[in-house]
Amino acid sequence: MKTDFKESIDRAVNDANLTGALGKFSEAYKVNRARAYEGIDFEALRTVIAERKGYAAAHLDRMAAEFTRNAEAAGAHVFQTSDPEKVKEYILKVARENAVRTVVKSKSMATEEIHLNACLEKAGIDVRETDLGEWIIQLAGQTPSHMVMPAIHMTKEEVSDLFSKEVDERLSTDIPQLVEVARNELRSRFLAADMGISGGNIAVAETGSIVLVTNEGNARMVTTLPKVHIALVGIEKFVEKFEDVAPVLEALPRSATAQLLTSYVSIITGPAPNSDGSDKELHIILMDNRRTEMAADPKFKQALQCIRCGSCLNVCPVFRLVGGHVFGKIYTGGIGTILTAWFDELKKSEEIQGLCIQCGNCKEICPGKIDIPELIMEIRRRLVQKDGLPLLQRAIYGVVNNRKLFHGMLRAASVAAKPFASGKFLRHLPLFLADLTDGRSLPAIAEEPFRDRFRKISQPKCSEKAAFYAGCLIDFAYPEMGEALVKILNKAGIEVVFPDEQTCCGAPARYSGAYEVAARNAVDNIEALLAEDVKYVVSACPTCTVALEHEFISTFESLGQTDRLPRAQELAGKTVDFSTLVKKLVDEGRLTLKEGQKLCSVTYHDSCHLKRTLRVSQEPRELLQKAGYELTEMFECDTCCGMGGSYSMKLPEISGPILQRKLRNIKETGAPLVAMDCPGCVMQIRGGMDQDGADIRVRHTVEILAERLKD
Amino acid sequence: MYEQFKLRAEAVGAEVHRCRSRGEAVVFIRTFLQQEGTADMPGSYAVWAPGPFLTDSDSARLGGDIPGLSFDVSRQRAADARIGITETDWAVADTGSLVADQTAVEQRLASTLPTIHVAIIGTDRILSDKTAVFSRITPRTSRYIAFITGPSRTADIERVLTIGVHGPKRLIIVFVDEMEGVSP
Repeated sequence: MKTDFKESIDRAVNDANLTGALGKFSEAYKVNRARAYEGIDFEALRTVIAERKGYAAAHLDRMAAEFTRNAEAAGAHVFQTSDPEKVKEYILKVARENAVRTVVKSKSMATEEIHLNACLEKAGIDVRETDLGEWIIQLAGQTPSHMVMPAIHMTKEEVSDLFSKEVDERLSTDIPQLVEVARNELRSRFLAADMGISGGNIAVAETGSIVLVTNEGNARMVTTLPKVHIALVGIEKFVEKFEDVAPVLEALPRSATAQLLTSYVSIITGPAPNSDGSDKELHIILMDNRRTEMAADPKFKQALQCIRCGSCLNVCPVFRLVGGHVFGKIYTGGIGTILTAWFDELKKSEEIQGLCIQCGNCKEICPGKIDIPELIMEIRRRLVQKDGLPLLQRAIYGVVNNRKLFHGMLRAASVAAKPFASGKFLRHLPLFLADLTDGRSLPAIAEEPFRDRFRKISQPKCSEKAAFYAGCLIDFAYPEMGEALVKILNKAGIEVVFPDEQTCCGAPARYSGAYEVAARNAVDNIEALLAEDVKYVVSACPTCTVALEHEFISTFESLGQTDRLPRAQELAGKTVDFSTLVKKLVDEGRLTLKEGQKLCSVTYHDSCHLKRTLRVSQEPRELLQKAGYELTEMFECDTCCGMGGSYSMKLPEISGPILQRKLRNIKETGAPLVAMDCPGCVMQIRGGMDQDGADIRVRHTVEILAERLKD
Repeated sequence: MYEQFKLRAEAVGAEVHRCRSRGEAVVFIRTFLQQEGTADMPGSYAVWAPGPFLTDSDSARLGGDIPGLSFDVSRQRAADARIGITETDWAVADTGSLVADQTAVEQRLASTLPTIHVAIIGTDRILSDKTAVFSRITPRTSRYIAFITGPSRTADIERVLTIGVHGPKRLIIVFVDEMEGVSP
């Protein structure tokens, strides 16, 4: 990561106005969005949208031809091009033909994408953005920091300064008064403009209509008052049928601004009359700019299902810290990273893609059902494929791919780190765990890893067997979690085997885009874990579980190693996470927890992979309650803790504040105990609590339950 | 459905009224125009876009009663008007929205430029949701279909909701139970 990018992150996270505004908004958004969707089956709705938009994206040529035919039949001029330069030439030509001197614009990301304003201004045309947020950033000479709320990063003081300069009068910072200034200033512009330029939220092939979704009323004026109207529409905006508009309108306002519907929706089909009785000159430009190429890409075609609501930004724990000027180019946040890689170029997304912590929040709420984290991973993979890994990472993964060497170094670390260890914690770990963040202590590497301790455990002979996949953290930092797991499973009549040849699950490599490394880890692990015939392969680390159950398969698929799929699927079929297995054993009556005792209150932190990939959230809660704990939910219980594997080492300046927010939410519950199912989260949160000094115990569910077994 | 519509529309800042008959609605609007100080000077005009609701005799009488009220909606007149009156085709209960074919430019001028927009609609024109609306409107015959939900709004400065940025600051919806032979 380049120094200036790191510096821009630092500036953003230390900008109290920015993080305050975004933080407050993101918290309110979550609540308001849920309210807006009350009574609506979101899964069903987004399935319809994904299906309709996906269909249009798979038939772009036909959509464009049908749209053109119908719009032209209604009297519109339609121009289609793949080249942004041709878009600008066309608009300039129309402007020249109509002797256009002034233009009013309503909000359009497509025009931002091609930097249209600069081009018009160069041609001597006065261009006025009329969406309030867009006008503010136009006056400030900036790019939008959010697709829906372009000026969300600015304070009323900054806006007041900008407007004061514009109207040459010292204005107050009273927001309604500032809005009134915009109303008055822009009203005369609307009435005088020679041309209106808009975008298009939806383009309907079967009718040749464009749909504009707005709140301020500016788009209605832009499309009514000037005699010429140009709509610039990216061809991902197509739907086939008029009735397909309804589901998009159902989701877009709810997801974008938590409104049931925006103040205005305009459906324009051909030229409507001007106020002088003439018909409007309506031009619709269908812009490709690599969208067709995207549609042909088996991975990225789903990105065309985006309806540009910006909700992936609103729920992103990283976006709310750094904003769109760091996390994005023209298009911002999660989807913005993907669109930048395509509409701009892959290279331009190199730094911003690294900001994604892969928590999966955005995937849950995307009304286009786009797997945004997966696509960002794919960008990462393609970047690595193209440019290779940085030297240091290459060296690290060279080690990770050699189990004996890797484990040898981890063992050495337990000795080497000793001088730095303070109590149970130490400040610096060797190798890839180096360069750690402030605000968090880290566990010492265990003197005796789990693999050694395991040999000393005497187990009862049982008819049923489970292989335990420890993962690096339990094996080398938290062996006591592994011992607790063996104790619990033994109690239920399951014998645990520990295949020694198991190694790193490959997640760190995969999340860095090094799929080849991850694939070799996968091969080694599959062989080790399927060597003995066991009923279950159990893990107490959700990230590892996800690797075993899902990612080995998708890594092989990405690399075209299809011959490896059957064994990977066999392993996936046996893999289960700790809480799910234990819940099952309790339900089957094979395991009984000590009941009837009233213990302290506990709050539960949902780990990203457990909640959003494995879909497990109630099981650990029910187990803890069954064991006698009183559950007190924290605010944002399923928001990432900021660990993200190696993320917390690569971007400590972001991981740190995310952790602080998590600690605050835990403390606010008043519970003296916080439970979680992931050793990575334990490492992050326990370290944070240690530095914070709060008297709250941070434990893995496995440790808690092991103490609550009925004899 | 009227009650649901009212609830939703008021939640987004619209003002909802209900009249039993066309005559009652005419009186309501006349009183409203007078209360709002409609007068024959720029900034105080009212414009009423033509529609089936109004008979010739009504418009003649109203025009006589209220100086500053005009049924000729020119661009300048609408820009100088404080109140714009239009008729709408459908009301949508689940979002509190109005839907109108605004192909005629007068409809758009009268509902975008003035500070207050008064919308007239028959109570029997309320539909349950968008899906019901989409089966009744068609872009094949309407070149400019407008959905209007509450007054103009923005939250672009510090996410503070502010009413009336470019469009109307108030939306007054007048339901009429008996349209008395008014053909939609």
